[in-house]
Amino acid sequence: MTRRKGLLIDITKCMGCQACASACKEANALPGEKEEELSATAYTVVKEKEDVYYRRLCMHCSDPTCASVCPVRAFEKTEEGAVVYNPKKCMGCRYCIQACPFGVPTYEWKKRNPLVRKCTMCIQRQRKGDTPACAVACPTEATIFWDRDELIKGARKRIEANPGLYVNHIYGEKEAGGTSVLLLSSVPFEKLGFPTDLSEESLPSLTRQVTSKIPNFVVVSGVLLYGIYWIINRRMELAELGSESKDQGTSEENDRDDMKR
Amino acid sequence: MNFKVPFKITFWRVVLILIWLAGIVATIVRFTGGLGAATNLSDRFPWGLWIGFDVLCGIGLAAGGFTIAAIVYIFRIKRFYPVLRPALLTAFLGYLMEIVAVLFDLGMPLRIWHPVIWWNPRSALFVVGWCVMLYTTILALEFSPALFERLSWGGPRKWIGRVTVPLVIAGVIISTLHQSSLGSLYLIMPEKLHPFWYSPLLPFLFFLSAVAVGCAMVIFESHLSYRAFGHRLKLDVLADLGRVILVTLVVYMILRIQDFSGRGVWAYAFQNRTETLLFWLEALVGVIGPIILLSIKRIRLSARGLYYVSVCTITGFLLNRLNVAVTGMEASAGMRYFPSWMEVAITLAIVATEFFIFALAVRYLPVFEHPETDSEPETAAARPEVLPAQLARKP
Repeated sequence: MTRRKGLLIDITKCMGCQACASACKEANALPGEKEEELSATAYTVVKEKEDVYYRRLCMHCSDPTCASVCPVRAFEKTEEGAVVYNPKKCMGCRYCIQACPFGVPTYEWKKRNPLVRKCTMCIQRQRKGDTPACAVACPTEATIFWDRDELIKGARKRIEANPGLYVNHIYGEKEAGGTSVLLLSSVPFEKLGFPTDLSEESLPSLTRQVTSKIPNFVVVSGVLLYGIYWIINRRMELAELGSESKDQGTSEENDRDDMKR
Repeated sequence: MNFKVPFKITFWRVVLILIWLAGIVATIVRFTGGLGAATNLSDRFPWGLWIGFDVLCGIGLAAGGFTIAAIVYIFRIKRFYPVLRPALLTAFLGYLMEIVAVLFDLGMPLRIWHPVIWWNPRSALFVVGWCVMLYTTILALEFSPALFERLSWGGPRKWIGRVTVPLVIAGVIISTLHQSSLGSLYLIMPEKLHPFWYSPLLPFLFFLSAVAVGCAMVIFESHLSYRAFGHRLKLDVLADLGRVILVTLVVYMILRIQDFSGRGVWAYAFQNRTETLLFWLEALVGVIGPIILLSIKRIRLSARGLYYVSVCTITGFLLNRLNVAVTGMEASAGMRYFPSWMEVAITLAIVATEFFIFALAVRYLPVFEHPETDSEPETAAARPEVLPAQLARKP
């Protein structure tokens, strides 16, 4: 297996030039100019808050919520690390948009045959041996592309070398079970609007605990319900037989029946 | 003016026609302009009224079907037989209308069958989709005797009588899965759904409240059919349904109190927020109110009292599901969602159609009036009250 790739975004190095956003639009043939929020025509945006610039894009989770919730398995975590979408399977239930903890997938609300759109970590470029367009475009190396494991090591070194500059946290190392996109920041992540109450366990495990029990549940309750039916039915049959023959039976037997009742 | 209308104009018929007209306009906009043109849905609020009301509430209100089928065929309590067919019909129509609503809600409705070939068994929505398909089929079969009797098709009628028990057992299992899986849909959003409504117990809570509301629906329908056709269920059957509601709601309340304490949710319970208000409304109307009413013997044993209880339970249930789908998601979405008039119109048109078909079915099929002894349970004693252990004496 190839080593999973990732993107490291160092917010302290970003100067808000929007080169990544325009490169992304170009690489994915997305129409329109600079946008403020993620949308079906903007897979990444550069935002400003707390005097820093930061990027929003798909986090490419290790155990992606979108892939777990999609009823037709339209999302897939590839070997390369990217989470990609198969438009041929999608039926438009939008559970992925509803469930994504990072609020990433977007929908083509205005189209008659709409699709879900989101960052693909330029999987089509990666497979040709290229680097994702945003990482190529970044003039300050605020976004870099490499093996995820190496990126984490590098990020930790940066924090150690500059403890005064960085918040001591690599966002994405453990969030929601880990993501392929990692962030470093000088401002606490919650102030930038990143969800920080995510557990280290991946979210799909919450559903898996329940759905994995379904086969057992079906078998056990099937047997149980049939058993209940059989017992009650048998008793009623016997009761009927009993009351039929009771008419000719002795009074002694009737008494015994009454006592049992 | 010599213009003739082929039917009598009544207030409700005019309302029905107006709803349908609005529904038709909204349908045209929905399928020509896309979801964005017809709804207030957005990337931040991708599930709205159609999921919250038509799916979550609709399926819950259909729960009378499996509850009554289990009581009649598995527990063999035959005095419930008169409510069986109305309950099955409501459930069947409820499921059909839910499928229609999903066709509106899906971005690409013609792909609704995709889960049949592309499987993802760990998705709660995959489970839901399969349950809808299977249970709708089962409900159609469970209700089919009414049609066969009407058409005097003896053969199929006999055949369906023979497979009723396995069919009912499968139906009970699948609806249990279905009701609980609707709750499981939200298990994966702990940081999105407000703590009032997010709980690891969601599947159980959804199932329990569905059982309660299923029984409440039967009481409610019995009242409506009394008003419309003069049929009413015997009081002992209604009172028994009331008891089932009471027990289910008490268990439900205990679970929720425990769950609130375990997760420390009481801290939110007295904040001055919309969520708090709607939560307490839901709890009072749907759980605490019915429990108090049902604890009073005079109410528990009167048809009118039970009718009020059923109205409370149903209203509380609807509040609960809409709170899960809408109120509880608003804070994390950072926006308020209110459905567009077209979302409302389509929902109303779907519900109105359901009422319309129900009325037709009741008129032309043996729903309320049919042979007291169905072919299936006839092997057993006619009066289940004599059921207890009159043990074997071989003839």
